[in-house]
Amino acid sequence: MAAAMSYVHADVENLKATELRLGLPGVEESDKMPSPPSTPRAGTKRALAGEHREVEPKAAPPAAKAQVVGWPPVRSYRKSCFQQASSKTKEAAPAPVVVKQEEAAVAAAPPAAAAAGGSLYVKVSMDGAPYLRKIDLKMYKGYRELREALEAMFLGFSGDAGSVNPSDFAVTYEDKDGDLMLVGDVPFG
Amino acid sequence: MSGAAEEADSPPTHMSEDSPGSSSSGGSGGGRRTPDLRGGDNGGGPRASSSSSSAPPDQVLDNVLESVLEFLTAARDRNAASLVCRSWYRAEAQTRRELFIGNCYAVDPRRAVARFRAVAAVVLKGKPRFADFSLLPDGWGANVKPWLEALGPAYPCLERICLKRMTVTDDDLGLVARSFPGFQELSLVCCDGFSTLGLAVIAEGCRHLRVLDLIEDYVDQEDEAVDWISKFPVSNTSLESLMFDCVGAPFNFEALEALVARSPSLRRLRVNHHVSVEQLRRLMARAPQLTHLGTGAFRPEAPQGEGMSVSELAPSFAASTSIVCLSGFQEVNPEYLPAIYPVCGNLTSLNVSFASLTAEDLTPVIRQCHKLQTFWVLDTVGDEGLRAVAETCSDLRELRVFPLDATEDSDGSVSDVGLQAISEGCRKLESILYFCQRMTNAAVVAMSNNCPDLVVFRLCIMGRHRPDRITGEPMDDGFGAIVKNCKKLTRLSVSGLLTDKAFAYIGQYGKLIKTLSLAFSGNSDLSLQFLFEGCTRLQKLEVRDSPFSDRGLLCGLDYFYNMRFLWMNSCRLTMRGCREVAQRMPNLVVEVMEEQNEDKVETETVDKLYLYRSLAGPRGDAPPLVKIL
Repeated sequence: MAAAMSYVHADVENLKATELRLGLPGVEESDKMPSPPSTPRAGTKRALAGEHREVEPKAAPPAAKAQVVGWPPVRSYRKSCFQQASSKTKEAAPAPVVVKQEEAAVAAAPPAAAAAGGSLYVKVSMDGAPYLRKIDLKMYKGYRELREALEAMFLGFSGDAGSVNPSDFAVTYEDKDGDLMLVGDVPFG
Repeated sequence: MSGAAEEADSPPTHMSEDSPGSSSSGGSGGGRRTPDLRGGDNGGGPRASSSSSSAPPDQVLDNVLESVLEFLTAARDRNAASLVCRSWYRAEAQTRRELFIGNCYAVDPRRAVARFRAVAAVVLKGKPRFADFSLLPDGWGANVKPWLEALGPAYPCLERICLKRMTVTDDDLGLVARSFPGFQELSLVCCDGFSTLGLAVIAEGCRHLRVLDLIEDYVDQEDEAVDWISKFPVSNTSLESLMFDCVGAPFNFEALEALVARSPSLRRLRVNHHVSVEQLRRLMARAPQLTHLGTGAFRPEAPQGEGMSVSELAPSFAASTSIVCLSGFQEVNPEYLPAIYPVCGNLTSLNVSFASLTAEDLTPVIRQCHKLQTFWVLDTVGDEGLRAVAETCSDLRELRVFPLDATEDSDGSVSDVGLQAISEGCRKLESILYFCQRMTNAAVVAMSNNCPDLVVFRLCIMGRHRPDRITGEPMDDGFGAIVKNCKKLTRLSVSGLLTDKAFAYIGQYGKLIKTLSLAFSGNSDLSLQFLFEGCTRLQKLEVRDSPFSDRGLLCGLDYFYNMRFLWMNSCRLTMRGCREVAQRMPNLVVEVMEEQNEDKVETETVDKLYLYRSLAGPRGDAPPLVKIL
C-alpha cells in the first residue's frame, strides 16, 4: 500500500507543475488541506473551499492527515467487494500494449499501482511507434472510449491516415500473471 | 433484505432484543435504577407474600403461570416478569423459548443454560461493532465453541441459532450438526472462521434444515473449495431460505438448480456472483414463488453482445409475482436492469448498493417502485438519483446511501441537496444511513422537521471535522435539531465538525437513545459528561478519535452498569483511568488493547478500551494484545 501511494505521489509531483488551479498565482495549498493521495483535480476544489474555511477548527486538535484505520466506517466486507470487482480490471490492465495482429506482443512493464480515487496511469506502446505514451485509465468510461483515444494517439504515426486501417490493430495487455490478454473481456469498471 | 446487516447494525430484526419473539437474559433494558444483575436462584424481588418460607411452591399456580407466560415473547416483558417474584422467575425460566445474549461474554454459557430449560432458539452477538472497521486485533475472541459445548447437552431439541460477529470454525459447524438432530435454522451475520467445508457439514448433517442465511460473512477461501451445495441430501425438501451471496467460492450450479426444484417452500434465495443471468433465469423458472431474490452478478456469461437479451430475461421476472425484495446486482450490466421492471411495482425492498449505477441507470427503475420501503444504494446515483427516489417512494422507511469510494478525500457524489430532497419526499422515513462529503445544518434541520418518525439517524460526513459547507459553522445545530424533533430516536451516529454544544443537545433531548457513535468530535470531557448524565437509556456507546480523557471516562461510573458496553479508541485515555474504572466496578470487564508494540514497553496511554458489564468475570480466552484490568 505504501509503495502504491508513493507511486501516485510521484505522479502528483510531476503533474503539479502543469496543474490547473484556481486562486492567485503563488498561493500554495495550506497545510490544513489533506495531503496526497489526492488528484490535482480534487486539489483545486479544496483550494476553493479553503477560502471559506479560514478558521482552523478550534474544536479538534489538528488531526493527522494520513489515512486513518477504519474511517470512513465502511465494512471491510463491502470495501473488499469493490476492490475485487475493480482489481479484476486494474490488475488485469496494468500495461496495455497495442500490437499489429500479425506480430508478437511487446510487453510493457506494469506499474501495478492502483490508487483508490486517484488516477491510474499505464504505459501504452505500439509496434512501430517511435515512442510510448501514458494514459489515465480512469479518464475513460468504457472500452470504446479507450480504443478511440488510443487510435487517436497512435495512428498518426503511420503516414497517411487513409492507408492505415484501425481494425488491423488489437489492444492487448499483460496481466499480473504475465499473460497477454485481449482487452474487452472483463467489465470495464 | 430481511434486515440484512449493514454498515453498523440492524441485521434481521429478530436479532434485536426489542422485537417480538426475542428475549434477553441478564439485566433490564435500561432505566436509571441499578439493575439486579444477579441471576440464578437469587433473582426476583420480594418473596410470595403470605406463605411461610417452608411452604411448598403452589404447583397449580406455577402451571397456570407457565401457560400464561408462553404468550409473552418480547424480551423486555419476559425480563420484567422474571423480576416479580420467585415463582414468576421460575415459570418464566421454564417457558422462555428464545435466548438472546447481546454480548457473548456477559454471562457464562453454563449459567445461561442452567437457568433456561426449554430454549428452542439462541441469538448470540460477539465482537463490538468497530471490529467491522478493522479496529479489533486478530484473534480477539468471540468464539462460539464454549457456547455450543454448553448448548449441545442442554438443548438437544434446539432448532435455531443466530450468530452475529462471532468466530465460527468448521469444527463448530460440525458440532452444531451433531448436537441438534432437529436443527432447522442457521443464520450467520458478519461471522468469520469457517469455510465451505463447514457449510458442507451443515448441509449434509442437518436433515431438517429450513434456513441457511449467510450474510456478509468472511468465508475462508480454501485452495479447493468444497461443493457444499451438492451435499444437501435429496431428502431435504423443506428449505425455505438460502442466502449465500457472501460465499465467494464457485459451486455446482446443477446441484443448486435441483435443490431449488425440490424445495416448494423456498421463499428466499440469494446467490453469489458466480451465477449469470442465464442461470438466474433457470433458477427463477424453478421457483416462481420466491419472495426474496438475490440476483448474484446479474451479467451474462459471455461477453457483451452474445448472451441472453433483456427481453429474454424479463418474462422470468414477470412470472415471479411474489417477489418483494430484490438484491444482488454485484457486477451488473445496467442494460439488464429493465428486466426487473415487471416486479418493481411490488417491491418493498431493493438493494442495489453493490452496483455502480448512475442517475440515468436508476431513474427508470425507481420510478416504478411506488411501494418501496427499504432502499440501499451507492452514492454514484448522485443527488439527482436521490431526487428521483424522493419523488416516487413516498412510503420509504429505510434508506442507506453507501460511498463507492470510501476514502476521506473522495469527491463524494451526494450532498445536503440529496438529503433535503429525500426529507421532502419521504416523510415516513424511520431509518437513514448517509455517507457524503458535503453537508449543511439546514438540510439536517429540514430532515428533523420533515421526518419526525426517525428512529435511526446515521450521517457520515467522510472528511474529518468538516463544517457546514455553506456557513462554515460546526454541525452542532443540525444534530441538535435531530434529537430535539425526532422524538422516537433510538440510534444516532454523528460526524462532521462538532463541539461540546452538540453533545449538550444530545444529552438534553436524546432521552430514548440507546446506541450512539461518535468519531472525531467534541472539544472536551464535557461532551462525555453531557452524554452520560443526559442519555438515560444509553446502552451502547462507541467513540473514536475524540479528545476525551480519563476525566470524561470517569463521568460514566454511575452509568456503566446500565449499559451493554463502551468502546473508545484513539482518545486520550491512560492506564490509570482505566484501572480506576476496573477497580471501582467489579461487575465490569475492562479490556485494554495495545498497538503492536515492538519495544514491548508498557505505555501509559490507552489506544483501545472496551468495557462491558458481565456476570462472568474476566474471560480466559483473550489474546496477548488484550489486557484485562
